[in-house]
Amino acid sequence: METIEHTAVYEQPQPLIAEGHDYGSITDKISSDVLEKKTPKSLFMAFAVTFSLVMLLLLSVTYLFFKGVGIWGIRIPIGWGFAIVNFVWWIGIGHAGTLISAILLLLHQQWRNSINRFAEAMTLFAVACAGMFPILHLGRPWVFYWIIPMPDTMRLWPNFRSPLVWDVFAVSTYATISLIFWFVGLIPDLATMRDRAKQKWKKIVYGMLAMGWRNSAKHWHRYETAYLLLAGLATPLVVSVHSVVSFDFAVGIVPGWHTTIFPPYFVAGAIYSGFAMVLSLVIPVRKLYHLEDFVTARHLDYMAKVMLATGLIVAYGYAIETFCAFYSGNRFEHDMMINRMFGPYGPFYWMLILFNIALPQLLWLKKFRQTPWLLFVMSIIINIGMWLERFVIIVSSLARDFVPSSWAIFVPTKWDWFTYIGTIGFFLMAMILFIRILPMISIFELRTLLPMSGKSNHE
Amino acid sequence: MATSFIHGLMAEFNTADEVLNAAQRASQNGYTEMDAYSPFPVEGLSEAVGFHKTRLPLIVLIAGLCGAVGGYFLQYYAAVIGYPLNIGGRPLHSWPSFIPITFELTVLCAGVTAAVAMIILNGLPMPYHPVFNVPAFERATRDKFFLCIEAADPKFDRAATENFLKSLHPVEISVVEK
Repeated sequence: METIEHTAVYEQPQPLIAEGHDYGSITDKISSDVLEKKTPKSLFMAFAVTFSLVMLLLLSVTYLFFKGVGIWGIRIPIGWGFAIVNFVWWIGIGHAGTLISAILLLLHQQWRNSINRFAEAMTLFAVACAGMFPILHLGRPWVFYWIIPMPDTMRLWPNFRSPLVWDVFAVSTYATISLIFWFVGLIPDLATMRDRAKQKWKKIVYGMLAMGWRNSAKHWHRYETAYLLLAGLATPLVVSVHSVVSFDFAVGIVPGWHTTIFPPYFVAGAIYSGFAMVLSLVIPVRKLYHLEDFVTARHLDYMAKVMLATGLIVAYGYAIETFCAFYSGNRFEHDMMINRMFGPYGPFYWMLILFNIALPQLLWLKKFRQTPWLLFVMSIIINIGMWLERFVIIVSSLARDFVPSSWAIFVPTKWDWFTYIGTIGFFLMAMILFIRILPMISIFELRTLLPMSGKSNHE
Repeated sequence: MATSFIHGLMAEFNTADEVLNAAQRASQNGYTEMDAYSPFPVEGLSEAVGFHKTRLPLIVLIAGLCGAVGGYFLQYYAAVIGYPLNIGGRPLHSWPSFIPITFELTVLCAGVTAAVAMIILNGLPMPYHPVFNVPAFERATRDKFFLCIEAADPKFDRAATENFLKSLHPVEISVVEK
């Protein structure tokens, strides 16, 4: 009796899966989207566009290998131009996947089950884009493997005291663990696909990938243990990766880079931009594939709240950066901050404040968190804002360092833009292929959310 | 059909509670060689079919420690023995700057091992298994729950076991051919 009174008093949140679903209907919906549904026309069109952009990327890279990095706008003192801006931007976007899969798993946030597969795939492709840039940025990209420690005829070893070497280990470990985590999560669903597929060749392909998974209770036991261990390992990893990326800057002595706030503020920024990218992708796909039953307004609301929270941490980072620049009494830090705000790159700084701090405050309003198109626009704004943040940090600091005679202005060339847009094309094309050939929502984890599973939480 | 040609008897259930209850009853009745199949991990089901402990965490711990020691030694060797660089008299064994890579390699070794060991301990990849011979079994990856008492069980008797499974009120009982 009492519980009934309680429900009358408190507003009940919507269920994580719309009413009326059972194990079978969830399985059929998500698997038939891949196996039976005719590919939507708009997906074909999007594929054509993104594929052309990948061709543009290949063209830019070919020309780059032919001519060298001089085709970009980088000129000393600005040696780190778009390539590093894009690297940090992409790797930041890649942080949402593991945060959603690992950290939210450990925190028992069951709403993650509807979006983790999708976000992990996004992570993989974003990290792939990120990984391209440092290699393309090398003067001699064909010898990139010199940074890997191995005995060679010159008896050289990498300098393990350099954050750039740490970065190679951090990013490659992150890529590997994300791939493993994603694949382990896919195994039971690949078995589902194998059993749902009607054509023989599909059965064979999914069957080989599922490796004979048969849902045995003993297997599930080891599976859950392994999944939990992977989540526990990935949690500190995700924090370490962007911390190491921030060391690339913070360990240097360039004004505007050399601050201790960088690691936490970079990690928060990474999660911020990662969730923005998840929303930018999930909102159109949800509409296109009619997934409103599984990715509900409540999911969007939660993701928007995570963005709001991490956005405020980022705002705190900006504030502390500014405060320390003036409080330190360091002439170069002081001038850097004045220059960042009112110098030649001033408009970009204020644009980033507007995009990353001012406009996202609208997320305090429920309307902006739960109306898909408004949230979509907001997520695009934040993506642009986070790109501007990296641009301002990298370019405005390098453009005006210690000696005024060597100051310069960075102007990106068309090849800078082509390479950047090309990776966006690659990223989106990979996402399109992913949603077309693999179940984009974790089916077996969604089953556990149904009330009849006995596992569903009390929320 | 002689007992040696069958893998076991399989009962099909509609809910997680039913299969969990069935597995517990079978265990109480003295059956030891059995397995249950469910479309998602059901809490307590592996214990009910007699599977209590996995060595997986220990293996992962050992792999992680190997990664940590190996990663640190790699850097120590390179910086102190293989290619010592005297930079203003600073110590060659500058351990704080070796920590990030030591950490990354710990996670890398432990994580890769967790996945690979899970797959190997589970006996995968296994392209063929007798349970797939039951036509209804393909719904184990959709919405049905199964309990299979295997012929290898010392208590297994074709008729008696079938009667026992019937007492659990399954949807259907099938013979699993080898």
